[in-house]
Amino acid sequence: MTAGFWKKLLRNKSALIGGFLIAIVVLTAVFAPLLAPCDPYEMHMDDRFAAPSAAHPMGTDQYGRDLFSRVIYGAVISLQVGIIAVGVSMALGVFLGLISGYFGGWLDRAVMILVDIFLSFPIILLAIAFVAVLGPSPKNVMLALGMIYWTNYARTVRAGVLAAKEEEYVLAARTTGAGDFRVIFLYILPNVMAPVIVMATLGLGTAIISESTLSFLGLGIQPPAASWGSTLAVGLDHLHSAPHISIFPGCCIMLTVLGFNLLGNGIRDVADPKLSRRL
Amino acid sequence: MKRYFFRRLLQIIPVVFGITALVFFIMRLIPGDPAQVLLGTDATPEDLARMREALGLNGSVWSQFLSYMRGALTLDFGESIFQKDAVLDILMRSFPATLELSVCAILISVLIAAPLGVAAALKRNTWIDYAGMAFAQLGASMPVFWIGVLLIMYFSVHLGWLPSFGRGDPLWQGFWLLVTTGSPQTLLTSLRHIAMPAFSLGVMGAALISRMIRSSMLEVLDSDYIRTARAKGTPESIVVMKHAFRNALLPVVTTVGLQFGALLGNAIVTETVFAWPGIGRVIVTAISQRDFPLVQGGVILIALAFALINMAVDMLYAVINPKIRV
Repeated sequence: MTAGFWKKLLRNKSALIGGFLIAIVVLTAVFAPLLAPCDPYEMHMDDRFAAPSAAHPMGTDQYGRDLFSRVIYGAVISLQVGIIAVGVSMALGVFLGLISGYFGGWLDRAVMILVDIFLSFPIILLAIAFVAVLGPSPKNVMLALGMIYWTNYARTVRAGVLAAKEEEYVLAARTTGAGDFRVIFLYILPNVMAPVIVMATLGLGTAIISESTLSFLGLGIQPPAASWGSTLAVGLDHLHSAPHISIFPGCCIMLTVLGFNLLGNGIRDVADPKLSRRL
Repeated sequence: MKRYFFRRLLQIIPVVFGITALVFFIMRLIPGDPAQVLLGTDATPEDLARMREALGLNGSVWSQFLSYMRGALTLDFGESIFQKDAVLDILMRSFPATLELSVCAILISVLIAAPLGVAAALKRNTWIDYAGMAFAQLGASMPVFWIGVLLIMYFSVHLGWLPSFGRGDPLWQGFWLLVTTGSPQTLLTSLRHIAMPAFSLGVMGAALISRMIRSSMLEVLDSDYIRTARAKGTPESIVVMKHAFRNALLPVVTTVGLQFGALLGNAIVTETVFAWPGIGRVIVTAISQRDFPLVQGGVILIALAFALINMAVDMLYAVINPKIRV
């Protein structure tokens, strides 16, 4: 990432708006204990389903808990799940893509068959199947999402490796006696990372939507944790009396995902102008 | 062409094998003894043995796998633990509802995306383009279930126009009654039920497809043959519709097909929001009851449908794009 890259990124409108939205979410998550006016788990049964007011800017839920505080703590959960899920899938996918592209042969064929099998499922169905079996918990949601999103990284990195391994700098490294793993991780990896970073940024948005979907279905983060998806699901039963319970968490999911999508598109435009012209 | 179709048909065999095998191994990830999980700690050894038999857990993993694959080949996914009915029968009863919802959703996606994408490309860098693409960005960022919730809030709770849950009679029955008896009542009721679920499911597809149409149109509009057509004095409407749009549709077919597949996955969520009696609701209910044979069968069936759709899309692409038939 050169200084020129950052300069161009700062001039890209999409990246700027996306980055701004993400900055708000990240700061909210980091300073959640300072920003939240109330304890997100503290119940006030005499103050249930209260509409938004000065005391409760987003109203209260079915147990009289302050929705604003819960939404703030929801940012922590969403970011945590998103980052770890993307980290797991990226590590898995990049590693498998590197070795399958570099070594080729049966290893390559095996990895690609596995990719094809994973891609023959609608993504969310696979996530549901994993969590249904493993049981609903934050750890399992991250694991399940990590296990299903690795395929795109593997395919992209493999394609990058196939091109890179014929390059002169790789041949030069080999002639100087560098071992396979040294060549892969020290010379090839840095050169195939650009599309991976774009995919990871867009992947964070997808992972957050998937987590909220699983939580909405009751398969993800379990109450009383303040996940945006599960809070929204509770609101579904009270749409007549307290629509705010569903509206605010939904807005947060949308703005966060929008932020990652815009930032991802911006990075792609700057890092790979050829690709952005085609899209 | 026939050879290509045949080859593509053959390619589905390893995919189907892979899908069923992966589902088998995912189901084996259940921590502990699934029979014990289902029956609780005070189950008698006889009950446990019977449950293991029902779940196909007797013998080595290898023999379990073989008998599971044998069953899958004959579409025998065993019996549901709670509904005491063949898994395939339960799934087949609910599949038409999911199919109807998905088909309507993809139609809505295309109906929104086509004019939006074309208009955005024709009026590039104007407010129409910006508004269209802002819709596309927002549509791709909203969770399917939240769109459903917002629609219910406005059209059911606020306006009271549309029912917030359930399904009327099947749409084809409504059409049939309209044709045979001239009564539109059944059809209207069905349409009122399906409107919101189909729209909420179709928005994300519309967002992605409209972006695809826009970029594809932009590329085509920039080509030499469009310049030639314009130079010949062809009316703009014919240039756009006949020369540009038709050619721009080629890459879009694949996107629409892939979206249709993705819809099947998202239908699980939409069906939960709108209590739509499809296969997704069957799966979600089965998960909460830990009815593993039913979950397993449902997941395989949707994945199979997904694979078949992908195959159909490839074939359709070959029909409309002669370059692929090599």
